[in-house]
Amino acid sequence: MKSRLQRRSVLPGFGLTMGFTLMYLSLIVLIPLSGLVLKSATMTWPAFWSTITEDRVLASLRLSFGGALIAATVNAVFGFVVAWVLVRYRFPGRRLVDALIDLPFALPTAVSGIALTAVYAPTGWLGRPLAALGIQAAYTPLGVVIAMTFVGLPFVVRTLQPALEDLDVEIEEAAASLGAGRFQAFVRVLLPALLPSLLTGFALAFSRAVGEYGSVIFIAGTTKTEIAPLVIVTKLEQYDYAGATAVALVMLVASFGLLFGINLLQRWSRRQHA
Amino acid sequence: MSIEVVNIAKTFHTFRALRGVSLKIEAGELVALLGPSGSGKTTLLRIIAGLEQPDEGSGPILFDGEEMGHRAVGERQVGFVFQHYALFRHMTVFENVAFGLRVRPRKTRPTDAEVAEKVHALLRLVHLDSLFDRYPSQLSGGQRQRVALARSLAVEPKVLLLDEPFGALDAKVRQELRRWLRRLHDDIGVTSVFVTHDQEEALEVADRIVVMNEGTIEQVGTPDEVFHRPATEFVMKFLGNVNLFHGRVGGGKVQFAGVSADVPEGSVEDGAPLLSARVFVRPHELDLSLTPAGRGSFPAKVTRIHSAGPVVRLELEAETGEQVFAHIDHLRFQALGLSEGSRVFLLPRDLKLFTEDFSV
Repeated sequence: MKSRLQRRSVLPGFGLTMGFTLMYLSLIVLIPLSGLVLKSATMTWPAFWSTITEDRVLASLRLSFGGALIAATVNAVFGFVVAWVLVRYRFPGRRLVDALIDLPFALPTAVSGIALTAVYAPTGWLGRPLAALGIQAAYTPLGVVIAMTFVGLPFVVRTLQPALEDLDVEIEEAAASLGAGRFQAFVRVLLPALLPSLLTGFALAFSRAVGEYGSVIFIAGTTKTEIAPLVIVTKLEQYDYAGATAVALVMLVASFGLLFGINLLQRWSRRQHA
Repeated sequence: MSIEVVNIAKTFHTFRALRGVSLKIEAGELVALLGPSGSGKTTLLRIIAGLEQPDEGSGPILFDGEEMGHRAVGERQVGFVFQHYALFRHMTVFENVAFGLRVRPRKTRPTDAEVAEKVHALLRLVHLDSLFDRYPSQLSGGQRQRVALARSLAVEPKVLLLDEPFGALDAKVRQELRRWLRRLHDDIGVTSVFVTHDQEEALEVADRIVVMNEGTIEQVGTPDEVFHRPATEFVMKFLGNVNLFHGRVGGGKVQFAGVSADVPEGSVEDGAPLLSARVFVRPHELDLSLTPAGRGSFPAKVTRIHSAGPVVRLELEAETGEQVFAHIDHLRFQALGLSEGSRVFLLPRDLKLFTEDFSV
């Protein structure tokens, strides 16, 4: 370990920049988060346990993480298609479409929430035909997933685009010359090469969806479709600070665990790639 | 398998990469497509492979007389080796070579044991069997090139096509690999075409050389033919260094650099009027002496000497002003006792001339 730290680099200032990095991370990330842990530590263990195993809390956690996983998966598939089209084909209006991708980044989340609710409400443009099919989108878990998908899309597209652009055309030609069909070339050659970027995009879209509040709460509506952040806010409004932090802590641990798992997956797929 | 292409043209936007090229390659030959960048050699190779479609109105592409033009690259039974290898980075050496076997339709797909046997045999052929579980990133350039070759051979191609196979390697590895490729070709005997811009490589490895320039074929011939009997000025200039003199030709004599020499047989028609001509002499075809050596020799001054190397390379200035390069061996150099500023006489042993009205 010592020798690894001491390995010389041509770039000066390792000590300084490392020190700054640690301090910055502590100030911005670690100290607020440890505040969270300390606050929830004021609860007794049974109180903590009963708070987080409350039916309402469990349901909200299930919806938050389940919805985020579904949304990130949907984004991984369709974001891939969008990135593919934007990189591989030249068509009129390509730049416009490319710029549209970033809109979910830029819009205030409350605005997108209201817009989505208006569109998917039973009287809305999309809500009416859906309702005719017997599907209610707004104020249901489906609406939550739609909002989460909306905010997560740019992450997948933007992480895949550079990877797709870097992909050597010769690789596909090599696969074709060896007798692979389009589908085989895609599954055996392209997808593995893009997997690390796809996982990164998936992880980012997932984290954004888990943490999303503004755009989801409007379309979620009733108590049956509460997401975990909404439960936290509700507890805060009832001055139940310890309860709020308890739920937050569970979200924190679960998010960290999931992201860590995705990171390991990424490391594994990248190592094959080097 | 023999390859024949007839009147192939290819245009990229406005750039005419190929302008109606016809070529026949016999079964079992090792042929080099030689030319500068932009001469269309890689485009021709890619059209033979099926990676590129020729323009409308081009002639057929025939393998053993069978039309291939409408077949996709995967159905032509060609092995293609890419300039930058195009190895699959997420697969081991073994899996890279096995790829062509594993993607076969289920009916003809070999079993795992058969795949393993075949892949290891190929890896032994390219001397890489011990590295079968490495990833491409863990290999040197020359090793990657050999993996790429083994991978293309796994599909038992009838034709092997190589795009600048040694282009990205350093000089020493390159020399080793091209000798090795020649031996490999002699062992397996598959019809092979490789693209190169390196005339030395083409001369050393190929049975026949196709010299290309600006989308056309300048000459097709054995290395001896294209080197000693270049059909055009371009071939003369592209295959090795040359000295160029402007002169006049007529009555069986050619005049240049203040001397008169006999016209080489067959280069100008008898009884042709006096024509201006371009005279080419290769640096190693100039004899040096301290005294005039007959009518054909002309005086010059030594301006620079490079003696590090297998031959001594001299830069000289003729009295008529032309810069001249000459290569002589070290013994001759010492016998002459030359230094910079020495006055010598140059006698061309051989020359090629092209008259101006040979319009291209």
